[in-house]
Amino acid sequence: MSAILIYLALIGSVVAWWLSRQRLMAKPWLEVGVPVDAPGMGASGIPPARLGLWVFIAVVGALLTLFISAYLMRMHMSDDWRSLPTPPVLWFNTALLAFSSIGLHRAQMAARIGWREGIAVGLAAGGLSALAFLAGQYLAWRQVMEEGFGVATNPSSSFFYLITAVHGLHLVGGVVALGKTAYRTARGAPLAQLRLATELCATYWHFLLVAWIVLFGLLLHG
Amino acid sequence: MSTASGPLDGIPAAEVPDVELYHPKSWLTKYVFSQDAKIIGIQYSLTATSIGLVALVLSWLMRLQLGFPGTFDFITPAEYYQFITMHGMIMVVYLLTALFLGGFGNYLIPLMIGARDMVFPYANMLSYWIYLLAVLVLVASFFAPGGPTGAGWTLYPPQAILSGTPGGQDWGIILMLASLMLFIIGFTMGGLNYVVTVLQARARGMTLMRMPLTVWGIFTATVMALLAFPALFVSAVMMLLDRLLGTSFFMPALVEMGQRLNHEGGSPLLFQHLFWFFGHPEVYIVALPAFGIVSDLISTHARRNIFGYRMMVWAIVIIGALSFVVWAHHMYVSGMNPYFGFFFATTTLIIAVPTAIKVYNWLLTLWRGNIHLTVPMLFALAFIVTFVNGGLTGLFLGNVVVDVPLSDTMFVVAHFHMVMGVAPIFVIFGAIYHWYPKITGRMLNEAMGRLHFWVSFLGAYLIFFPMHYIGLLGVPRRYYEIGETAFVPASAATLNAFISVMALIVGAAQIVFLFNLAWSLRRGRPAGPNPWNATTLEWQTPETPPPHGNWGKELPVVYRWPYDYSVPGAAQDFIPQNHPPARAAE
Repeated sequence: MSAILIYLALIGSVVAWWLSRQRLMAKPWLEVGVPVDAPGMGASGIPPARLGLWVFIAVVGALLTLFISAYLMRMHMSDDWRSLPTPPVLWFNTALLAFSSIGLHRAQMAARIGWREGIAVGLAAGGLSALAFLAGQYLAWRQVMEEGFGVATNPSSSFFYLITAVHGLHLVGGVVALGKTAYRTARGAPLAQLRLATELCATYWHFLLVAWIVLFGLLLHG
Repeated sequence: MSTASGPLDGIPAAEVPDVELYHPKSWLTKYVFSQDAKIIGIQYSLTATSIGLVALVLSWLMRLQLGFPGTFDFITPAEYYQFITMHGMIMVVYLLTALFLGGFGNYLIPLMIGARDMVFPYANMLSYWIYLLAVLVLVASFFAPGGPTGAGWTLYPPQAILSGTPGGQDWGIILMLASLMLFIIGFTMGGLNYVVTVLQARARGMTLMRMPLTVWGIFTATVMALLAFPALFVSAVMMLLDRLLGTSFFMPALVEMGQRLNHEGGSPLLFQHLFWFFGHPEVYIVALPAFGIVSDLISTHARRNIFGYRMMVWAIVIIGALSFVVWAHHMYVSGMNPYFGFFFATTTLIIAVPTAIKVYNWLLTLWRGNIHLTVPMLFALAFIVTFVNGGLTGLFLGNVVVDVPLSDTMFVVAHFHMVMGVAPIFVIFGAIYHWYPKITGRMLNEAMGRLHFWVSFLGAYLIFFPMHYIGLLGVPRRYYEIGETAFVPASAATLNAFISVMALIVGAAQIVFLFNLAWSLRRGRPAGPNPWNATTLEWQTPETPPPHGNWGKELPVVYRWPYDYSVPGAAQDFIPQNHPPARAAE
């Protein structure tokens, strides 16, 4: 369980840092009136959707870290673990996902300067390469299957299918959100709206890229 | 008394952006597929109560078997295990968690922090419907071939998916795991809402340190639940794969009825770690909202500011953090490394410190207060007593050497029910008696409330105090029937019969409560906007019950903390949070 404890320690330090700025030492029973300029006096200016995404990312992070914990514990708890032949296509997939992430980053930049065409191109590049990544993951499944590692053959392969599936499903969810943003872009939605939407997509994509790199490292380790 | 601040009072409410509200157009979108957090809260509460009644009936059936073994032919050993499992799982997850967070969280958070609604109303609506689906899948397992799972509420593998366990090789365990996964997905949608709403939608002047402790409790519990439920999700997915696809995450090599099964090398201990990594925070996910609510009930009904507000807030946060590093105290007898046991016993006992601080602060709030023994107050007081009782036996069980002999006895059942069954349920009852007037505009009937309280309170003690004793005698838990043993005296059977009779009576007393809920809806005394003379924002809404959007045209502005009761020099013995300083003396 050390992986999840380290993760929680990280989350805990973020929470502690944030709480330390919330005037927890205040004596509210002595303060009457609405203090105007003090920090932490009301809701912050962050759009709720952005904060919501970050909280969601923290939750998905916990989920994936728990899979990592389970992976490592299962690996060391008994002696039946056989290391899995890692299909080379996974390297190519990693590059695809990185490209997808860059595409969304470009879309976000384009939205910032108000370049509508740039948003469309960035979203399309990001979306298509994300779909290509998913297809590539399926290919990797087929290859591992052909090597004789079915879902139940060995815990290493069980985890391989499980972890890639969980990561892939989260990407599918992202693709749905991306599709919605692309639709809005095509319909000529106001730039302020697109700015936030592309930013959220890009953030989520970067997170899934980092998560994939960690998971891929884990699979190589096993 | 003013309910909204006008421009003359100085500060306009404009700083908080209005949430764009989706206004319902038909009866269906207003009351069924509603995006109003208050309606969603009521939907959560009604669903949780309904499924909770099923669990109550299951406990009756269990008690019939334990009190009068051999009398009731229709309770077979397999069914007995199914009753145990479903009773536990429903009460812990589908009733307590859903009611505190989905029910009270939805109803109270926006009102108490001065918001119009949750920040993501659509996701909030989905959250309820997925929860309902989870409940229906759970109920479906009662009708599936083989019946529901009988694996015990902890669902330990390998037995949970073997053919010797009811539902293990049928649909029971599959539906159970699927239902849990749905529940977690639904909860996550709601949980994101509660957290972001508290952070982003507070009214002007509502600093974190001016939030009522109810909101602090629900907020912290939600953060914990968001981080702890994934552990249950992971264990559910992996067990589902072990059951359906024959993987060996948790399943070791074993022989069943002379047949060697296809599993190999899996670790049941891994499941226990994952399960309790969720399971222990779950105790506090239920307890923290209860702590928060009880603080508000005590302060309001004793007309006294809460003692040590800051310390109460810190204690909530510290308990939340510590509860993530105590999980293995549920696993002292699992065969894990004994040094772990020492570590986890230490962290477990440390949690007693912030918890005890809270208990002292409640007592000091009551000290020289103007205590009104209203029904909500009676339940709040009953909670404190019960929580202290259950907490003390928790100190026993937190120690490895005491836990090992007691672990498989009824002592654990008694401890757990005191601290996590009876205590939070008392808070739920107290909270319903307290907020029902805001929800419906009418008071619950006082006489029926008192009858309900006294039977439930005294009855709960008559059930669970003797249960500690028969646990110390060595009566094991989870046994369908113990028959005659050398170490259990015959009097234990008499005591068991007594407990069962009491359980039937206490269960039946809940009918009074349900009747009261329905009867008062039409016939209750009209409550007015603020029947308890409370300070928090939900009592200051322009209309009661509050309509969609809560506040009419203008959001409230908060000028003070939520516990200004009996302030010297003030005209009334309470000053609402949205009362500007200049008008406090009016």
